[in-house]
Amino acid sequence: MSDTIEIVPKDKLQPAGVHPELISELTTLNLGPTHPATHGIFQNILQMDGEKIVSGEQTIGYIHRAFEKIAERRPYYQITTLTDRMNYCSSPINNFGWHMTMEKLLQIEVPKRAQYIRVIMMELARISDHIVCNGILGVDSGAFTGFLYVMQKREEIYEMYEQVCGARLTTNMGRIGGMERDLTTEAIRKIREFLKTFPPVLKEFEKLFNRNRIFMDRTINVGGITAESALNYGFTGPNLRAAGVDYDVRVMNPYSSYEDFDFEIPIGQSGDTYDRFMVRNEEMWQSLRIIEQALDNLPEGPYYADAPEYYLPAKKDVYTSMEALIYHFKIVMGEIDAPIGEVYHAVEGGNGELGFYLVSDGGRAPYRLHFRRPSFIYYQAYPEMCKGLTISDAIMIMSSLNVIAGELDA
Amino acid sequence: MVEAPEGISGSGFFATSFDQVIGHARSYSLWPLPFATSCCGIEFMATMGAHYDFSRFGSERPSFSPRQADLLMVMGTIAKKMGPVLKQVYLQMAEPRWVIAVGACASSGGIFDTYSVLQGIDRVIPVDVYVPGCPPRPEQIIDGFMQIQELARNESLRRRNSDEYQQLLASYNID
Amino acid sequence: MLSNKEVAEDLIKTFGEDVFNFDEPFGFLTLHATRQQIIPVLQHLFNHSYYQVKFLTDLTGIHYPDQKGAEFGVIYHLHSLTHNFRLRIKVFLDKNDIHIPTATGIYLCANWMERETFDFYGIEFDGHPKLTRILNIEEMDYFPMRKEYPLEDPTRDDKIDALFGR
Repeated sequence: MSDTIEIVPKDKLQPAGVHPELISELTTLNLGPTHPATHGIFQNILQMDGEKIVSGEQTIGYIHRAFEKIAERRPYYQITTLTDRMNYCSSPINNFGWHMTMEKLLQIEVPKRAQYIRVIMMELARISDHIVCNGILGVDSGAFTGFLYVMQKREEIYEMYEQVCGARLTTNMGRIGGMERDLTTEAIRKIREFLKTFPPVLKEFEKLFNRNRIFMDRTINVGGITAESALNYGFTGPNLRAAGVDYDVRVMNPYSSYEDFDFEIPIGQSGDTYDRFMVRNEEMWQSLRIIEQALDNLPEGPYYADAPEYYLPAKKDVYTSMEALIYHFKIVMGEIDAPIGEVYHAVEGGNGELGFYLVSDGGRAPYRLHFRRPSFIYYQAYPEMCKGLTISDAIMIMSSLNVIAGELDA
Repeated sequence: MVEAPEGISGSGFFATSFDQVIGHARSYSLWPLPFATSCCGIEFMATMGAHYDFSRFGSERPSFSPRQADLLMVMGTIAKKMGPVLKQVYLQMAEPRWVIAVGACASSGGIFDTYSVLQGIDRVIPVDVYVPGCPPRPEQIIDGFMQIQELARNESLRRRNSDEYQQLLASYNID
Repeated sequence: MLSNKEVAEDLIKTFGEDVFNFDEPFGFLTLHATRQQIIPVLQHLFNHSYYQVKFLTDLTGIHYPDQKGAEFGVIYHLHSLTHNFRLRIKVFLDKNDIHIPTATGIYLCANWMERETFDFYGIEFDGHPKLTRILNIEEMDYFPMRKEYPLEDPTRDDKIDALFGR
């Protein structure tokens, strides 16, 4: 230890903290496939420069269940159970989308009452999907309370599903040609009660988050995307609307009497996480409006179309009438053939445009059925949205995109 | 109310055997690792919610780190791509560990008899309790969990070192 | 309102023999194109000052084992948001020459959709930045959605007749 201090000439001074021999390298961080946020399983490999993300690469397919191959073997009414399991947070929308595709191919006209009932159930499913997405966004930023409050409402939505179709989550709701049973008085009572008790809960949820300083700091200007970039990446649904493009399949290509209802499409400005959160909240309010209008104007009439070839006859007729018996047998054994043709039908799912491309060659099962899954298409943009941000931002962006693994891999 | 194990009690003391006390304590403080892959995971979220409260059973803290978890709850379809990942997670857990297969897909492949789905997780890891259903209702998941509690309560302290258990692990190529 | 006829006539005028087999199943304009001209067709529709077909809804594949010489097809679904106009373009390829240029230069979302089509059918997209399997395991050596392969796992040995009461 020398007791003289070495004087360094001024032009050789180094800034404090930077060692001249330090070589900086990028670190690779593996996020997934099992990660604590219950989003589903997909893997992101991120290249980090210290705290900042430089680039990323994704691996998906950890829950690939080969839906499209299974669909080539199943008769048409059995494919509804497959569609349940794609976007499992809002199963009725998938079910009805498939039924509408089949009705387009078979050219069956569904009566108005069935269409209104379908609209009610689809909007309840949309509310249920957005509850999960926004609740989990809160959980990922550390706020568990809001999630617990709104999950209670989700239990009530499950009770309504049970009244209509008997199941909670994977609903298999409706039939080709209408609904399987009429709305019972108990179901209508439950829906009316939900319309009264949900708004205060949603208001409370918004009070917890909308002007919350910490939440706003974590989500504003995080993961933004421009409208042009979003369109090129194939975004649809709330993610696209948050970027400023008002494309909603319910308005552009209305199906199932959506043109009878009066609702608005909320859009955001910068496409960041805060905008996506707000767009989903606002969509829940609009869904409540639609359900109220549908319930107030529910028309009288049959709840299924007059298509005895595809819609199961009533059980009492099966025991007494010969034609009903034959149709029942043929439908249940899957002997009904569909006409040859190809059809593409899209519905507005919780995440965007959910499309069904069906090619039929006249058999009892589709020749080719392809699902246009919104999560699969917009998840490609994730590494670009995370560039330059930190890990905590990356988690928030992933939550706010609402990527559902069942829909991602199909 | 929870029943106390059998033993001799007096003023200020309660004497019972070691394995009963340990079994008792273990069964009421199982920390699950929710390995939620698909639809059954959403039913698990409903089970954890306020309506079907899961934390009444002692699982207040779902741990996402395998090293700190007792119970591996596999919920949802496991594809062949995911099998090695599941095995890795299982290997990282410390003894005593239990596995519960929730749902038809985890028990036996479910409705997906395809080239890409593992037909039941018991092809890669040993399973203790199977909960069938597609998806099982929260009450069924809780029932499965209570069966695990029974197993934990009545398990002998030497089981994890016994030959039979070692042979079971060896049949899965786990050592 | 854009009509199918108007767009079809414009395409025939610009590309002549390379677009053919026009049809309107359920009101949806469907046409075939050749492999050489598919990217110019997509580019033309994208850059068109009036049509503005700037959204690729879907890209998928299909396999017709009986159509010799045109077994594999790639199907594009396009959408013009400004005019609410949709159309479908199909390109058929021979199984011994399964190559088609990639659409990622025009639409970024075609990236994963082409990888999925490659994974399922083995159709090669020339010029794709990273054409590898996306949904199946990397080591898989066959293309599962082709019609000659079964749905179930062929290596499975426990699905015995005794279990099914046969």
